Amino acid sequence: MEYHLTTPLPPEELKKIKIGDVVYITGTVVTARDEAHLKALELHKEGKQPPVDFKGIGLFHCGPVMKKNEQGEWTVVAAGPTTSARMEIFQDEFIKTFQPGIIIGKGGMGARTTKACQEETCIYGYFTGGAALLAADRIKKVKDVFWYEELGMPESLWLFDVENFGPLTITIDTHGGNMTEKRIKKIEENKDKILQNL
Amino acid sequence: MMDIAQVVEDTAAKLLEISATKLPSEVKEALIQDEKDTEGSLGKSQLKAINENVILAETFTKPMCQDTGLVSFFVKIGDKFPIKSEVKTALIKATEKATEKVPLRPNAVDMFEGNTKNNVGLRGYVPWFYFDLVEGDKCEIIAMPKGGGSSNVGKMKMVPPGKGIKGVKEFVVEAVAAAGPLACPPYTVGVGVGGGEDMCMNLAKKALLRPLYQYHEDENIASIEKELKDILNKLEIGAMGLGEGTSVFDVHMEFAARHPASLPVGVVISCWALRHAGATIDREGNVEWHPH
Repeated sequence: MEYHLTTPLPPEELKKIKIGDVVYITGTVVTARDEAHLKALELHKEGKQPPVDFKGIGLFHCGPVMKKNEQGEWTVVAAGPTTSARMEIFQDEFIKTFQPGIIIGKGGMGARTTKACQEETCIYGYFTGGAALLAADRIKKVKDVFWYEELGMPESLWLFDVENFGPLTITIDTHGGNMTEKRIKKIEENKDKILQNL
Repeated sequence: MMDIAQVVEDTAAKLLEISATKLPSEVKEALIQDEKDTEGSLGKSQLKAINENVILAETFTKPMCQDTGLVSFFVKIGDKFPIKSEVKTALIKATEKATEKVPLRPNAVDMFEGNTKNNVGLRGYVPWFYFDLVEGDKCEIIAMPKGGGSSNVGKMKMVPPGKGIKGVKEFVVEAVAAAGPLACPPYTVGVGVGGGEDMCMNLAKKALLRPLYQYHEDENIASIEKELKDILNKLEIGAMGLGEGTSVFDVHMEFAARHPASLPVGVVISCWALRHAGATIDREGNVEWHPH
């Protein structure tokens, strides 16, 4: 199935989506990698709010290449997904705390994220890894940037307006399904067979 | 008199641009072929996106991936090439220049001071250089940026020598299986065997510079490369780890002598974007660009 959704993503729509479906997002997406996850969660622990309300929007595991144009405005040069597995250590806490609607990345995530997605009605989708110019093409506006001086270009929170951002192949749904974990299990089985026959 | 240091700087900056924006032709062809050959729609759609993206990068001279990598250079300096240590300074300047111009993503992070914003480390080690001294009057430079995602799945193991070649193969299978969907497959796998714990990784990285489907001139090694390539594709990782399409384009191995007590094996994995570009500069400052 193919879905075209607009942020904030309605939970009842997210619940319809199953692993293997393809989703396109229009609306607000914010980039966050390792450092931004950590910082947002630390602020929350101190009782402060991060500068972006993540609720219902797209959380994009991405460290883009950005450039200022002649008017001094930021423009996107390249913006493909980074390896999501690095965020597994705090993604569940992030989902519970900030309730994004969809996480966009590549390479898949694990059991903790899957559980949080089920409990908080969030989904996870692959954008093709390395397809940074296709992604940049779907970003229509750079709305803002936070933490740039402190964290540098790849780790900042870049707030984007996107249009039909996708195709995103859903590999974690709101029902506990995780396509990547199934694939990893298959790879492990194949590995055991190969090692036995070497 | 030609300013040779300036030629080195300009050439290296151009090499960084080429490597970030244009794939070596055989890598490009392999990806196109894989899109044609892949039957499942999940895998095919990933390869289609990759191939469209590769064309966009080349057409608009923009980085194909936002991760323009940690910069490293493989350099061979001839005895009679007019400059030696100045080559290093020129390559550092080239890195700063390309970061601004291409642009490349600033990827050099100091653990205490943060991102240096110009791809040059504060402590003298990045960009990383592999220098070699050779006969003649030329200087060969190969730029090889490598992304963090695929570097994160690199592995080294001191295999017990009693396990021999079988132990080497086992470790390569384990390393690529562990990489699984994480590092943007289809992969190309570099394997270094022998030397010490550091040398095997160095050799593994260097092995990735050999063109795809060009096997080692030593038939013993070539046959292991081909065997591993077949075996690794039975893991069924597939394009972007979705199980459909080629898992591994090729395996390249380099062997060094080993200590009798050690069998070091290094595995360096490249994502689909196997990026490198080279040129040779002569003593007059003429630049010969390597086929790309």
